Amino acid sequence: MAKLRVGVVSPERELWSGEADMVIAKTIDGEIGIMPQHAPVLGVLVEGGVLTVKRGGGEPDLVAAVHGGFLSVADNEVSILAEVAELGSEVDVARAKNALDRAQASVEVGQENTDAKRARARLRAAGEEVG
Amino acid sequence: MGAQLRLLRRRIKSVKSTAKITRAQELIASSRIVKAQQRMQAAVPYEREITRAVTGVVSNTSSVDHPLTVARENTRRAGVLIVTSDRGFCGGFNANVLREAEALGNLLRSRGIEPVPFVVGRKGITWHSFRGREMGGQWGGFSDSPSYANAKEIADTLIKAFSAEEIDEIHVVSTEFVSMLTQNVVVKRILPLEVEETREKPETPLPYFEFEPTAGDVLDSLLPRYVESRIFSTLLQSAASEHAARRRAMKSATDNANELIRVFTQQMNQARQAEITQEISEIVGGANALADAAAGKE
Repeated sequence: MAKLRVGVVSPERELWSGEADMVIAKTIDGEIGIMPQHAPVLGVLVEGGVLTVKRGGGEPDLVAAVHGGFLSVADNEVSILAEVAELGSEVDVARAKNALDRAQASVEVGQENTDAKRARARLRAAGEEVG
Repeated sequence: MGAQLRLLRRRIKSVKSTAKITRAQELIASSRIVKAQQRMQAAVPYEREITRAVTGVVSNTSSVDHPLTVARENTRRAGVLIVTSDRGFCGGFNANVLREAEALGNLLRSRGIEPVPFVVGRKGITWHSFRGREMGGQWGGFSDSPSYANAKEIADTLIKAFSAEEIDEIHVVSTEFVSMLTQNVVVKRILPLEVEETREKPETPLPYFEFEPTAGDVLDSLLPRYVESRIFSTLLQSAASEHAARRRAMKSATDNANELIRVFTQQMNQARQAEITQEISEIVGGANALADAAAGKE
């Protein structure tokens, strides 16, 4: 089966690029799974989403926290343009938990909860359970 | 003569310490150019992808009439984003940018458009505030290593002003990094975005995209990101150019200082030699006079 060529880029650097069997991302309309031979798509990703790249061949899945950005699919090439992105393996769990607590504290005061969403996405990407 | 010798010694000492500073600055700048270039490289994939995405949307939707792409009929005020550095010691870097910005301002005024400066970098800010010019926005403190958040902040302000019709056009005056030796000041218009429809057939026909959720929504969030990415790459190029300009300026300053030290040392040696010669001739003259006086007595 043909493979997808995947690139995850943020403005400051290229996070990861390589081949994969399937890419799962969350757009504004909902979760979208991309497999080889998918029709060309251009989607807007949600704030604080989790991206999963199934690499197949016994390799572990690549999980990343992606905050805003786009997903573009054409000719078996998937590019994820994230405004801010972090690989699950790079997430500092303790710090993210801290950030979540702080964000939730400020939510109760009635501020916007973008920070909370981001922190939650980071924790999920790191494989933590988040309520 | 003694006074002159002391004077020269003092000058050599001070020039030497200046040379030490400029030499250090030169070395710092050289190491930072490499880092700045790496950051420029790292930003390339995102820029390429987002450009491709914009091209994809534009070529798929038959008529693009997003507020950010429509040229206004009567343009009255134009925003000019001027990218300078925070620190001096970089030769003509800021002067070149500001001169070009002035030229652009005059050109706009001659067409009946009022330029509104938006200034990045402390040097540009002081230049404008010293002349009592009003600025539409000012940002400083990150010119040598800008982050994407900085670019976003600038783009947000510009897009907000543009959408509110406070300004009808946005131009950017900045320095483009060509190579270690060449940096050019460039003037670009970033808004309204020029949608280039290529007449020639691209090598591979662009695919027909599906949009999630709709083409309009995608464009709504894609275009501001595109502007941000353009501004970010401008800031990165300007940062790399700043370091390159500083390295060059500091190298010639160091060379000049070394030349001065050489000349002063020569002068100092001459002065010292002259002093010694004079002293000897005075002693010899004195001794001769004594000898003559003694001979006269006999």
